Amino acid sequence: MSEQEKPKKPKKPRIPRQKMPEQDALERAGNFSEVALGYSDDIAKVEAERCLQCKKPYCMKGCPVEVEIPSFVEAVKAGDFMEAARIIKTTNSLPRIAGRVCPQESQCELTCVLFKKGKGEACAIGRLERFVADYAATHGEGKPVDLPKPTGLKVAVVGSGPAGLTLAGQLITKGVAVTVFEALHELGGVLVYGIPEFRLPKAIVRAEVDELAKLGVQFKTNWVIGRIETVDDLLEKRKYDAVFIGTGAGAPTFLRIPGENLNGVYSANEFLTRNNLMKAYLFPQADTPIARGRKVVVFGGGNVAMDSARTALRLGAEEVTIVYRRSMEELPARAEEVHHAEEEGVIFKLLASPLEIMGNEAGWAVGVKCRQMKLGEPDDSGRRRPVPVEGETFEVECDTAIVAIGNAANPLVPSTTKALEINKWGNIVADLETGKTSKDRVWAGGDIVTGAATVILAMGAGRKSGLSMIDTFGLG
Amino acid sequence: MFEILEIGRIGPGVDRAVIQAPEIARAHNPGQFIILRCHEDGERIPLTVADADAEKGTITLVWQEVGVTTYYFGSMQAGDCLQDLCGPLGTPTHIENFGTVVGIGGGIGVAPLYPITKGMKAAGNHVISIVGARTKELLNMTEEMGNVSHELLIATDDGSYGIHGFVTQVLQDLIDKGTKIDLCVAIGPVPMMKAVCNVTREADLPTVVSLNPIMVDGTGMCGACRVEVGGKTMFGCVDGPEFDGLKVDFDLLTKRLAMYKGPELVALNKFKETSRGCQCQIPEATA
Repeated sequence: MSEQEKPKKPKKPRIPRQKMPEQDALERAGNFSEVALGYSDDIAKVEAERCLQCKKPYCMKGCPVEVEIPSFVEAVKAGDFMEAARIIKTTNSLPRIAGRVCPQESQCELTCVLFKKGKGEACAIGRLERFVADYAATHGEGKPVDLPKPTGLKVAVVGSGPAGLTLAGQLITKGVAVTVFEALHELGGVLVYGIPEFRLPKAIVRAEVDELAKLGVQFKTNWVIGRIETVDDLLEKRKYDAVFIGTGAGAPTFLRIPGENLNGVYSANEFLTRNNLMKAYLFPQADTPIARGRKVVVFGGGNVAMDSARTALRLGAEEVTIVYRRSMEELPARAEEVHHAEEEGVIFKLLASPLEIMGNEAGWAVGVKCRQMKLGEPDDSGRRRPVPVEGETFEVECDTAIVAIGNAANPLVPSTTKALEINKWGNIVADLETGKTSKDRVWAGGDIVTGAATVILAMGAGRKSGLSMIDTFGLG
Repeated sequence: MFEILEIGRIGPGVDRAVIQAPEIARAHNPGQFIILRCHEDGERIPLTVADADAEKGTITLVWQEVGVTTYYFGSMQAGDCLQDLCGPLGTPTHIENFGTVVGIGGGIGVAPLYPITKGMKAAGNHVISIVGARTKELLNMTEEMGNVSHELLIATDDGSYGIHGFVTQVLQDLIDKGTKIDLCVAIGPVPMMKAVCNVTREADLPTVVSLNPIMVDGTGMCGACRVEVGGKTMFGCVDGPEFDGLKVDFDLLTKRLAMYKGPELVALNKFKETSRGCQCQIPEATA
């Protein structure tokens, strides 16, 4: 803080950042209902009061989809929630989802002046976005968007995750016919198979998809591009003017340690898919089973690891332990998710690296052997590299182990598309500003380009590709 | 959507259905499978396509009733629709003119073997098919197999039809007679495929097997279908379902297939208590 600023007194009394009402930790650890309950009208208005309405809104620079944050917050303050929703939806077609799963603390709220000046906590932009979008959804969504005349152009979107849905929403309002192809039987990609109900209720994803369908977006489920037809088929045989590939980071990474193929060992993808997409938590009302472990170990420290651990708790595990090779400080998961996991009783075994999963004769996992680590010098990522403490190992008992150490690109689409440049990790090479790939009329964005990242970055990539297509087609 | 055109029993606990699925029928290649869901709360289960007719726009599925989904599917009627049908999935069979190909099908494994045999014959191979089952009633698709094979050998474990013995013995006899064999394709229960591979390993014959691990998505996303081939972990759904049988860890596959034995029984019993699951109205097998 500079000396000159010191005498200036805040004009308004300092309002504290409004807390998010939540389900009680012990109660929620036994159910799959949403943890965060959302702001009320009154709390939202109070929180909106806190916004400084900066002339240069740094918060917007932190937003991958450039939501006009000060304007929508101002509308909330005035109590015009429908107007606030309209402003958000101009650039973000999935605000109910973004309001729930965006890492706001490292984006808009990180650059919020209230926080930056060290004066206190950032305006709760994410919570306000969620409030506004939910309000609009339950109060009739306002006036339907006027659709322009069809341009005659048609675009195929491969993958119905956040990137594809965002782009579809953008193009349909420009008079472009959009068909989204999805491999699974439900629409939403990672939003339905990956993120648990207690963080993002599936009914919300369905409602957002329904909105797009109402605008005219066509959806085709159970349609695996790369098998039933290729991207080249879409362009050449089916005469799509352009294709957007947003197939995500769908291939699970395993540890490559002994015992990894024992029964009871899951990739986080499988564990979460069984539970979220297939509703295994309702078994036997739903037919898909899942191992309901008594003692569960989760490897990894990201949001997916937190989701897996908290899901295992809700399935009735007595003890859930997260094994992560660095310390709490390097844990890549959102602080809020870590906090929620701790509150619910997840144990954190830090500075531990798995060496082997031990099994019994029937082929079931019974425990994990880990190596004690310590932090060494920083590596390329700037984080201190974990190094083993020689000779120090320990065992953790478990009957279920979940590997949540990341996902790689699924090769199905990249490997079946002619002349599409791919990097050494199998990701599609695309311009990060436009989404353009090495192949004419093909755009790509989201995790298939960047490697596993966040929902909002995928939405941002979808949006940039959408803008680039609009520009290319001359629809601006 | 995915209407069942024909459905019926072809053996004890074995059903066959013809499904309207023009796009899948057109894109299908031998060796590939589909994933289906019967209803809103249903599981996704993989079934290898037994036949595809691109002209009629249909695919044929053959399955054994073992769990809740296969039982439920068996209780569906012509005119009903499947909730979901996704395919074709998996890497198609590598078909070329190898010379002489011996196809070995055990029990329900004959169904997925059929399109492969058909493809191998069309590619100019001399095709010898060995079809086996525990007993006569469990033999299926023998007529179809005869139509796409140069030689058809049928065996039953109990001697109730054809050669008395296991398919492995029939194969061993062929080898002992000095039959020139360039490739074996074995599809059936895990113990059968394992036994066949033990025979072909001795005789140094390249052998392809089609594995049926538990799957969820079928596109390489979940890894439920992990199998070990030559010490390497592979995904049944995208790297397979066909693998070099001489390198497959069949014991691991057996253990992994038993992973949900307990819950599977719970689900099946629950289904059997429903009116749809009540077996008393379903007519006797007509094999």
